[in-house]
Amino acid sequence: MSRQIPGMSVIVQGKTDLPVLKPYRLSMSAGPADLGFSRWLQGVNPLTFVAIAGLLLIWPVVVFAQGGYTTAQAFEALWRWLPFLVTSGFALNILISFFTMLLGTVAGILLGLGQIAPLKPLSRFSWFVTQLFRNSPWLVLLFIVMLAFPFEFQIGGTIFLIPDWIKAVFGLSLPIMANISEIVRGGIQSVPTGQWEAAESLAFTRRQTLWQIILPQCFKRMIPPWMNWYAILTMATPLVSLLGVEELVTLSRQAMEAEDNHPELLMPFFGFALVIFFLYCYPIAKWTLRLERKFAVKE
Amino acid sequence: MTTTNWTPAQPIVSIRDLHKSFGDLEVLKGISLDVMKGEVICVIGPSGSGKSTLIRCINALNPINSGSILVEGQEVHDPALDKLALRKKVGMVFQQYNLFPHKTALQNVMMAPLKVLKRPRDEVEKHARELMNRVNLQGKEDSYPGELSGGQQQRVAIARSLAMNPDVMLFDEVTAALDPETVKEVLLAIKDLAQSGMTCILVTHEMGFAREVADHIYFTDRGVIVEHGPPATFFTEAKDPRTQEFLSQIL
Ligand SMILES: Nc1ncnc2c1ncn2[C@@H]1O[C@H](COP(=O)(O)OP(=O)(O)OP(=O)(O)O)[C@@H](O)[C@H]1O
Ligand SMILES: [Mg+2]
Repeated sequence: MSRQIPGMSVIVQGKTDLPVLKPYRLSMSAGPADLGFSRWLQGVNPLTFVAIAGLLLIWPVVVFAQGGYTTAQAFEALWRWLPFLVTSGFALNILISFFTMLLGTVAGILLGLGQIAPLKPLSRFSWFVTQLFRNSPWLVLLFIVMLAFPFEFQIGGTIFLIPDWIKAVFGLSLPIMANISEIVRGGIQSVPTGQWEAAESLAFTRRQTLWQIILPQCFKRMIPPWMNWYAILTMATPLVSLLGVEELVTLSRQAMEAEDNHPELLMPFFGFALVIFFLYCYPIAKWTLRLERKFAVKE
Repeated sequence: MTTTNWTPAQPIVSIRDLHKSFGDLEVLKGISLDVMKGEVICVIGPSGSGKSTLIRCINALNPINSGSILVEGQEVHDPALDKLALRKKVGMVFQQYNLFPHKTALQNVMMAPLKVLKRPRDEVEKHARELMNRVNLQGKEDSYPGELSGGQQQRVAIARSLAMNPDVMLFDEVTAALDPETVKEVLLAIKDLAQSGMTCILVTHEMGFAREVADHIYFTDRGVIVEHGPPATFFTEAKDPRTQEFLSQIL
């Protein structure tokens, strides 16, 4: 099964549920990792990328050369706006990505543990929630949360306003939660059943087995796919601009408007957005794959 | 834990008319056997005859369909049974060792007494080192399972089980995954254990070993005990054609 991540053109392969009853050593490779996105991202040669960005920047010169507004002016405008775009715009993207990841990870771990719970109704329910949010378009989830959540809530006599970006965090957390849930479930199930049986026969309780024997073995293997999802998430944060959250893309549009909407502005401004996301996510992708290789060798 | 009036004069493990199915497949079709304290019994039989299933039922790793298994007078498949209490009394060693790969050999041996029995660390460590010596692995305390040979790992697994001071040890084809050269060192460790008076139930394909250490041998085929007897007579006077055929193939 493959799904399209809204807002980007990367196909992310769905994870298969590999049953693991193989001898211990062999099964180590059947980890939860699915690093398609990181693999693609780190495979992009930064120079190619810069070249493409450069071409895009020249493009308006060719097309709109007859207007009075020059590319130099467009870049000059970008230069003026740049500190603001970074500190108010991109910073909010990062903030959203952090909080989403935090919330999504905590909820995803709980949901993942729920999926392997011996209590059937709980595991069924967790499985269902996981599948539901893994397979829903992110944008739809975002809209639902943005519109369904109240704008304010009351504690005692005080009214708290909920900023849009916090609602965006909740919306984006749902698919992240579901995917982390799968990472946790896949990681735990990649540990051979013999480990459970050995612990059981030594009179460990289920909880002790999980925390002291199973999770320490698969924890490391869950990190690369977790980071992979962080990169995907960060790249997806501009989605929230459609909902009016004032992150990088929204602010870029506003800045261009303030500069009289010259078409020449388009490529510098959006080109800049592209570059800054790339610069942020590329090292993460590199690091993800390095960790993946390291853990693969060690285990 | 419920108290029973079991005395060492009675069988420490007593199985009566045990039936066990996986779905529609009936794997055990009425097994009965008794093991006295200090006795060593070997279960032999063709692949798929239900040997592993039988010994996994003894420490409640598999539920049963009907019949009874008493360990020290306690019904193992009583729903009210304290499974943890049972497993403190019954140790098990697996064909695939199943050591915890993220822990060193010594930590593997120490883990259950520390975390399950909550014994003080220095006492546990002292005992663990003694056990490592006993299975002839001094010097390997700080090695990780991945750094040990199969035979060494299996001996760590034996020490790990012994660290709980069980009354009965179950061995499920513990040498089947080993190189011929390392089989001997593992068998030696088990033999030493058997001779020290530990009650052992072994599933094995090592006939020479069975003959040497067993007090009693059970031959199973297709879920029933076909024939049993002390090794002196079992190997030479087998009456059932199935036993004879099996022995002729394996000896
Ligand atoms: N968890 C299970 N689910 C379904 N069938 C099972 C399961 N475990 C064992 N069986 C089946 O029960 C039968 C007996 O298996 P068992 O492992 O007890 O045989 P065995 O005598 O130990 O064989 P071997 O010498 O190959 O280890 C086999 O047909 C096996 O396929
Ligand atoms: Mg078996």
